Amino acid sequence: MASGREIKTKIKSTQNMRKVTRALEMVSASKIRKAQDLMKASRPYARLMRKVIAHVAQASTDFTHPFLTERENVARVGFIVVSTDRGLAGGLNSNLFRRTLTSIREWQGKGAQIDVVAVGQKAVQFFRRIKGVNLIGTATHLGEKPKVEDLIGVIKVVLDAYTDNKLDRVFLVYNDFVNTIVQKPRIEALLPLSLVANELENAGGAESEGVKVEQTHDWDYIYEPDARTVLEHLMTRYIESVVYQAALENLASEHAARMVAMKAASDNATKVIGELTLVYNKARQAAITQEISEIVGGAAAV
Amino acid sequence: MTHTIRVDIVSAEAEIFSGEATLVVATGELGELGIAPRHAPLITRLKPGHVDVVATNGERQQFYVSGGILEVQPQVVTILADTAARAADLDEAAALKAKEEAEAALANRGEQLDVAEAQAKLAEALAQLQALERMRKTLKH
Repeated sequence: MASGREIKTKIKSTQNMRKVTRALEMVSASKIRKAQDLMKASRPYARLMRKVIAHVAQASTDFTHPFLTERENVARVGFIVVSTDRGLAGGLNSNLFRRTLTSIREWQGKGAQIDVVAVGQKAVQFFRRIKGVNLIGTATHLGEKPKVEDLIGVIKVVLDAYTDNKLDRVFLVYNDFVNTIVQKPRIEALLPLSLVANELENAGGAESEGVKVEQTHDWDYIYEPDARTVLEHLMTRYIESVVYQAALENLASEHAARMVAMKAASDNATKVIGELTLVYNKARQAAITQEISEIVGGAAAV
Repeated sequence: MTHTIRVDIVSAEAEIFSGEATLVVATGELGELGIAPRHAPLITRLKPGHVDVVATNGERQQFYVSGGILEVQPQVVTILADTAARAADLDEAAALKAKEEAEAALANRGEQLDVAEAQAKLAEALAQLQALERMRKTLKH
């Protein structure tokens, strides 16, 4: 029974590990719910915002906003990468970063400079090590209930850079929450907005119809104080809401991915415990058998 | 339907109010606004302050917004409320903070292996071990 105690300790520690992973799984399962609620709550704002922007873009204003015009030469490309703060979420972040890097290399191949804004601790840790990538802003520790205010700083960095011609194109990268099992890394064009508008019009049946029907009105607004200021304000808020929603999607994805990863870990632990128990029993049986044969052998000798 | 107007008040984080009303009062950038049904299309920025909504049954509901945008369409009033007090200098400070954090993160680069990095490497090694284990098992059977 030399290894009996050793195996027993191993079983015990695996059981403890399983307790931890089970707990993490349960915690994430409950948090997915909350994250989804947050996502749902933020949708009306983005929807109405989109409608208003569609109206404003449709209404005849002689002023075109820089966010709406596409630039010919793309010398610098910005990426807003939304990741998680913590790990233990399976391949969630690494998949996202791989996708981002592919896209970054592609742009670098075209001779563009790359600026990255990292949201979440993981993205910060990853992108500060990547060569040829300039980290221009970070936002971390958004917590379980991200607030728009937490993101204002990084968004302003990007918008300012865009207005000053330091960025010609901006992409938003995050994990799209498809369902509890599937999360897809997604790269979305954020600026110029014209690209986004097309995408949005195609998305969703009834909603986009509503937008289109109302777009046929040919009245214009009374702008207070003036079209430029209002449009400026609208654009900023819209981009903020898009990035905020990406953060929420990513949060839901994080919890879903963690739940799945932890479930796999718990299952594996159960398997390991089963195997170890088998080994333990075998060892015990062997020891007993040996003891008996020794006794029998001894008795026979007498 | 000409005597009521649809009102939607939303912020980026939540839907605040949605329903029919006979009057909406808000503080626009250029002064107090009272929006009754059949108001001309209008779009304006809001100052921090109260938004009063008089519902169809005469009940008055009051909301506080810390800024935002008010949009009036022929049948709909939309208020896109900000979630926090916003000002140019506050935004500037936030942007500065984001930049500084990025610089701090860059300054720390390579100084030492941080815990998260080590954990990631450990997880990777474990995964490889597990894959090996599995391979060994399938070969055995």
